[in-house]
Amino acid sequence: MTAHKIENIRNFSIVAHIDHGKSTLADRLIQETGTLAAREMVEQVLDSMDIERERGITIKAQTVRLNYKAKDGKDYVLNLMDTPGHVDFAYEVSRSLKACEGSLLVVDASQGVEAQTLANVYQAIDAGHEIVPVLNKIDLPAAEPERIKEQIEEVIGLDASDAVLISAKTGLGIPDVLEAIVTRLPPPSGDEKAPLKALLVDSWYDAYLGVVVLVRIFDGTLKKGQKIKMMATDAHYEIDKIGVFRPKMQDVASLGPGEVGFITAQIKQVADTRVGDTITDDKKPTAEPLPGFKPAQPVVFCGLFPVDAADFEDLRAAIGKLRLNDASFSYEMETSAALGFGFRCGFLGLLHLEIIQERLQREFDLDLIATAPSVIYKITLTNGDEIELHNPADMPDVVKIEEIKEPWIRATILTPDEFLGSVLKLCQDRRGVQVDLNYVGKRAMAVYDLPLNEVVFDFYDRLKSISKGYASFDYQLTDYRAGDLVKMSILVNAEPVDALSMLVHRSRAEGRGRQMCEKLKELIPPHMFQVPIQAALGGKIIARETVRAFRKDVTAKCYGGDVTRKRKLLEKQKEGKKKMRQFGRVEIPQEAFIAALKMEE
Amino acid sequence: MATPIRNAFDPGFGVYVHWPFCLSKCPYCDFNSHVRRGDVDEDRFVEAFSVELAHRAALTPGREVRSIFFGGGTPSLMSPSTAEAILSQISTHWTLAKDCEITLEANPTSVEASRFKGFKAAGVNRVSLGLQALNDIDLRALGRQHSVAEALMALDVANSVFERTSFDLIYGRSGQTPAAWRKELELALARAPEHISLYQLTIEPDTMFERMVNAGKMALPDANVQRALWDVTQEVTARAGLLAYEVSNHARPGAECRHNLVYWRYGEYVGVGPGAHGRIVTPRGRRAQAAERHPEMWLTCVETEGHGLIEDELLSSEQEGDEFLLMGLRLREGLDPQRYFLLTGKRLSQSRISELIGDGLVEFTRENKLRVSSEGFPVLDAVVADLAA
Repeated sequence: MTAHKIENIRNFSIVAHIDHGKSTLADRLIQETGTLAAREMVEQVLDSMDIERERGITIKAQTVRLNYKAKDGKDYVLNLMDTPGHVDFAYEVSRSLKACEGSLLVVDASQGVEAQTLANVYQAIDAGHEIVPVLNKIDLPAAEPERIKEQIEEVIGLDASDAVLISAKTGLGIPDVLEAIVTRLPPPSGDEKAPLKALLVDSWYDAYLGVVVLVRIFDGTLKKGQKIKMMATDAHYEIDKIGVFRPKMQDVASLGPGEVGFITAQIKQVADTRVGDTITDDKKPTAEPLPGFKPAQPVVFCGLFPVDAADFEDLRAAIGKLRLNDASFSYEMETSAALGFGFRCGFLGLLHLEIIQERLQREFDLDLIATAPSVIYKITLTNGDEIELHNPADMPDVVKIEEIKEPWIRATILTPDEFLGSVLKLCQDRRGVQVDLNYVGKRAMAVYDLPLNEVVFDFYDRLKSISKGYASFDYQLTDYRAGDLVKMSILVNAEPVDALSMLVHRSRAEGRGRQMCEKLKELIPPHMFQVPIQAALGGKIIARETVRAFRKDVTAKCYGGDVTRKRKLLEKQKEGKKKMRQFGRVEIPQEAFIAALKMEE
Repeated sequence: MATPIRNAFDPGFGVYVHWPFCLSKCPYCDFNSHVRRGDVDEDRFVEAFSVELAHRAALTPGREVRSIFFGGGTPSLMSPSTAEAILSQISTHWTLAKDCEITLEANPTSVEASRFKGFKAAGVNRVSLGLQALNDIDLRALGRQHSVAEALMALDVANSVFERTSFDLIYGRSGQTPAAWRKELELALARAPEHISLYQLTIEPDTMFERMVNAGKMALPDANVQRALWDVTQEVTARAGLLAYEVSNHARPGAECRHNLVYWRYGEYVGVGPGAHGRIVTPRGRRAQAAERHPEMWLTCVETEGHGLIEDELLSSEQEGDEFLLMGLRLREGLDPQRYFLLTGKRLSQSRISELIGDGLVEFTRENKLRVSSEGFPVLDAVVADLAA
């Protein structure tokens, strides 16, 4: 197979809100073009991880090449690029979008445009995409295609008069989608003769092949055996294997301008590849790399500890393996008085944190305790030294601290007007500073500067809940600003629990402390004695709750015939106690940690 | 022949006989009891009991029987001649202690009271009456067949026939207030019993009460009221001179139920009859035994296999330690930590004990026994779980 004629290539992604049918449409396109035989189809072909299928989210970019003979009689190559859809992966999304020239905007014909759609479609428009609106689920009685078309025009400002009407479930309208891709999306452009210039879209670890790199060629040609250079890392490799996804890997001899495919090149770990890097020919390099490269920067940190200390080595091995496939998180060993040995890990965001945690538990069968998420603080000491603080437990003595700086973000929030009041209040409550307030169509757009540590907890969840899911949120790190930050300790039965300590703004300490104490009160089971729970700043108690001792816990009847049953109960109880963490005399179930750190207001 | 293990801690040896039939099933009861429409073939049961006794006796040679207990079900429903036949079998296998306590559980109805003399002639020297309440409305709610008047009459008959009587009451009933319970308990103590069992109502799995609670048709008093009822119980019985020698059992000094003390002191006992449990010490170790629960199935088992046991398991030292704690700490007299060491090869955690002493939940007696304090009893299960962990 040789490189295709560039005018017969179409690279596209699908923009959709969760549940609006992105994966089903992708499945249909794969089926309709005969890319996979019916017996090979499973639902949501492209979401290969269990977590992706369950949550309906895409974590890694995936691609599939479809061969399509259009009505004009010509053979086209269509590359469907499935992109992650969460703010944590905003950078990865922008790289995937850059690899395409157009997008299908899939909207549920009864539910209409939703916040997530809006954020993603603007990203696609920013990437210069041609957009084809597709109304899905038109077979449902509640479908109102005309109203939704109007909405798309009003809210997004896109002409939806020739939107494609489909039902991905029944297959209705799928041929029209394929025709629209061919006729309405532009072909890529590029110079075959120019030096190689390819975008590193994503990469992952494959047990058989080593690191697999997903690439999009802009200029030049990529061939087997070619010596290449990654421009940001200045690493040199020789191409072993080159191919495309259909969606299974299929080798090809070369990839030309506009094409999307994969390469392998004896790359040992994913960390050696950087999403957004430019791949070029080692001997005849391109003069300018592709714009927009940013190295992955973890912004949220938390400690991960095995529930059973004996599992530490397993955790180490598991984290090492995951890291092979996901270079965007970092880890280093950490010791906690309360939780033993574990790792301090850095993530792109909260969802990323949750996903890694879940994958560790699921794919490696580990029980984990995660500590409160935190950000990187920059501390200037009185002796002039500056240190970075990744873990509140490591905070130096207050008297040695001159100043603490915390990271701030600029957040852009789009919300329907009716929720604007609550959204503004949320931003104010989180120490936000308003930068701009505007209208985009019928939606309000609020731009706020916010301290990241107010966002890492539950900002996104809160925003979703106060706006009934309609508000969308995007952010970028801006700068470090000095703040009146204090370390809040949580004491259970007068013993500090280091895993629960956190840095908070002084103005927020009391509220946060009260919340934490109230939550723990519900989570710590009654003991034989009262258990005070306190939040403290230095020696000063700022909030307090008490878990009452139980009043009555005794078996009324226990005779010769009861002892076996009671002993078995006791054995179960002993087993349960092993799963608890002992803090002084208080046993805290591991769920309590996880739940306490997931705070709601 | 195996030699019985004897040491300074020997709490004695008892025989438990289970009679599994009742006239009706009480809604709170999860004991192994069955209702039969027709007559029970008592001769066939007597035969099976003697086969079971011979089987257990072969495993426990040379023991002296300190106590015998007819429990149920409702053993007062069997004819006195059945009890007599069983007792005579027991005495052919083991020596009975001179002061052997022989208890029979009985319902306080006039029909059963009329048989008390017969049981006495058969050898029974103590009865335990299931009064359960002294309030007709609650008696009906508890599914009992007797009235308060009938029960008190039966109690009088029992007192006149037997040297020793005891009776049971259930408290913590739906809607019961501490004040009402105090009155009821005072009324009970006015009969000057030497022994009384006061059980806090517990909703057991697979009972009618459990279904009612789950369906929202019945509510028990909350934890604070339960605790207040417990406190009333301790106060009123103590004032009447009936010491709480166990969680739910009160007696004048010397009038404690010797049979139950064998259980709580973690002694040896054999159990015969459907669903009966035993703990016997053989040269291989302590065995936990349990018989088939279903009465007719049990008969068949015994008749074809020579015994009715469906479980006969050697306990590990950790299991023995757990059971010893579980039972021993129920007693006001406490337990000897040295014996825990002999059973398990481990010592009880000194630091846990110190912490519990600090909380005022356990204490050491002058004889160096570890016991639960008055404050510790209401939360005994948690104390045991703490020490056993």
